[in-house]
Amino acid sequence: MTIKLGVPSKGRLQEQTFAWFKERGVHLQLSGSAREYAGAVEGISGVELVLLSAGEIPRELAAGRIDFGVTGKDLICEKLPLWDSVVKEVQTMGFGHADLCLAVPKCWIDVDTLDDLDAVAAQFRRSHGFRLRIATKYHVVTREFLRTNGVADYQLVDSQGATEGTVKNLTAEAIADITSTGSTLKANHLKLLSDGLILASQATLYKSRSAGGNLTELAEFLGVVGKP
Amino acid sequence: MPIDKQARIKEEADRLSARFVQAGGVSVEVASLQPAHMLLDLYGEDIRARAYVTHDDARGEQMLRPDFTMPVVQMHMTHGAEPARYTYNGPIWRKPQPGSDRASEYLQVGYEVFDRADPAAADAEVFGLFADVLAPLNLRAATGDMGILRAAVLGLTTIERRKTALLRHLWRPQRFKQLLDRFGGVLDVPKERRKLLAAAKQTDAGDLGKKAGVHIGLRSMDDVAARVHALQEDAVAPDISSEELAVLFEISNLSGKSDTAAARLKDLANTLPAIASAVSRMERRLAALDAKGIDVSALDFEASYGRTTLEYYDGFVFGFYADGRRDLPVIASGGRYDALTKVLGQGRSIPAVGGVIRPEFSLAVREAAQ
Repeated sequence: MTIKLGVPSKGRLQEQTFAWFKERGVHLQLSGSAREYAGAVEGISGVELVLLSAGEIPRELAAGRIDFGVTGKDLICEKLPLWDSVVKEVQTMGFGHADLCLAVPKCWIDVDTLDDLDAVAAQFRRSHGFRLRIATKYHVVTREFLRTNGVADYQLVDSQGATEGTVKNLTAEAIADITSTGSTLKANHLKLLSDGLILASQATLYKSRSAGGNLTELAEFLGVVGKP
Repeated sequence: MPIDKQARIKEEADRLSARFVQAGGVSVEVASLQPAHMLLDLYGEDIRARAYVTHDDARGEQMLRPDFTMPVVQMHMTHGAEPARYTYNGPIWRKPQPGSDRASEYLQVGYEVFDRADPAAADAEVFGLFADVLAPLNLRAATGDMGILRAAVLGLTTIERRKTALLRHLWRPQRFKQLLDRFGGVLDVPKERRKLLAAAKQTDAGDLGKKAGVHIGLRSMDDVAARVHALQEDAVAPDISSEELAVLFEISNLSGKSDTAAARLKDLANTLPAIASAVSRMERRLAALDAKGIDVSALDFEASYGRTTLEYYDGFVFGFYADGRRDLPVIASGGRYDALTKVLGQGRSIPAVGGVIRPEFSLAVREAAQ
C-alpha cells in the first residue's frame, strides 16, 4: 500500500512545498499540464501525490483518506475540533507564515489590549443596542480565544474575503484576520491589538493519526521529511 | 445501549413531569426552533459553540432550543397571567464538548414559578419540590446566592463605572479577579494607557483620535472621547480599600452549612452594610426552607456557587449531585432569574425561579440503587 501525501493544488504554497521536499531529496511533480490535478513523486518509493485545496487537507487527513498533508496550522485548528487527537504535527516547514490577529480602527486611541476591547464592547452595546461585530472567517479559534480571555458582548460576523474592508463598509467594528505583512491593515486604517495574537500559523506537514501505509515505507518517508 | 433505554428515560421524564403537574405546574410546550438572534443577544457568542444553528433563507438563523427557560419566560411575559407555575418535558439540543461521547439531544423536565408575592417562599417552594421529588436518590444538594456577591460589589466604595464593570464579569471569575486587582491598585496601569492619559492631558481626545488615523466605522469619535474621559476618571479614582477587598474575597470564598454561612454574612454586613438586605433575604429563605422541613444546618452553601456555569441566575441557585458517580454531571439544577424576565419583558419584569431535572441521569442513579 502506498502512502498518500496531500499538497496544495496551486499557488505559492504549492511551489514552496515542492521546493521544501526537493531539498530533502523528494521530487514532487505535476504530471502533464499545470492545470491537470495529478502528480508524480520521484526519489522515494511508495508515495503517491494527491493535489487538494489547502482548505480541504485538514478534513481529508481527519478522515484518513490521505496519510500526510501540507497545510496551514490555522486551517487545522479552525476545521478540526481536538485536532491534536486526529492529526500529528510532523514538521513545521518555515514558510507560509500567517498570524491570526485582532485588529481595530487606528482612530480608537483608547484601545490597545483585549481588556480595552472588552470595555469598548460593553460601551458599544449600550450606545448602539447590539453587540460589537468582529468580522472573520476563523470563527472557532477566534471565539475560543475571546472566551478564554474573558471578552464579552461581541458577535462574530462571517467574512470570507476582503475582511480588512468590513470596518470601513460598516459591516463590522473590528476584525480577526490573517496578517502576513501588516500593510493591508495599514492601508485600511486598522491597527493590531498588542495582546491580540490568536494564532501564529505556518505551513506544516501533518500525519493523519489514522494513517495507513506500509510500515517500512512510512519509516523511510518520515526519515526523509523528518529532517528539519 | 439497551434497546429500551430511551423508552425508560421517557418513562422517568413522564414520572417527574407528573410530580410537577401535581405540585401545580401548568404543562406547556414550546417550539424546538427558536430565532437565533434572541438567544445570541441574551447569551452572547459563546452560545454558538454550544447550540445547533440552522439556517432559513427567509427567517434567518434559527437555533434548536438549548434550554426551555428563555422561551418559557418569553411566553409568560407575552401571554401569562400572574402568579404562574409552569412545567415542561421535552428534548433540548446542545453540542457536546469535542471528544465527549455525551448525547447531543436529551430530555429536560422543568418547573418554573413566576410569583411576586414572596420570593423567599418561592425559592423554598422550588427547592423543596426538587428535594422531595429527588429524595429517593440520596443526592447531595449544593446551594448558593448570586445576590450576595452582587450586593457586595454594589456596596464597594468606588466609582459607578468600576462597579458596572465588575458586575458584568461576575460570571467570569478570572476576568473579575483581574479587574479587582486593577481597581485595588494591585495591578499597574498598562503602559499604552499611561501614554494615552499623559497625551490626553495636553490634547483633546477627539484631536488625538484624528491624528491617529482616519475615522472609520460605526463607533464614533464621540464614543472614543467618552471612553478616554472614563479612563481619566478611572485614573484619578482612589483604589478600592484593602479592607473592602478582604471582605469581598471572604464572601467569594465563603462555604459551609447554610445557617453558619448566613451568620457569618450577617457579621460581614457590619463592615459592608450594602449586603444587609441580600443577607436578610437569604435568612427569610432559610426560614421558609426550615418551615418545609429542610434541615438548613445540614444544607451546603457556597457564595460563589453557580458563577461559572449558570449565566442568567442572579439570586438563589442550587444543584443536585450524585456523589460517587463521577460519570454523571449535575442531575438537577436551578435558580432565580429576575433580571432575565426584565430583559425579555420589554419594560415589564417579574420575580422568577425554577429548575430542571435530567431524567437520563436521575434514572441512572435510581437503577443503580435498585
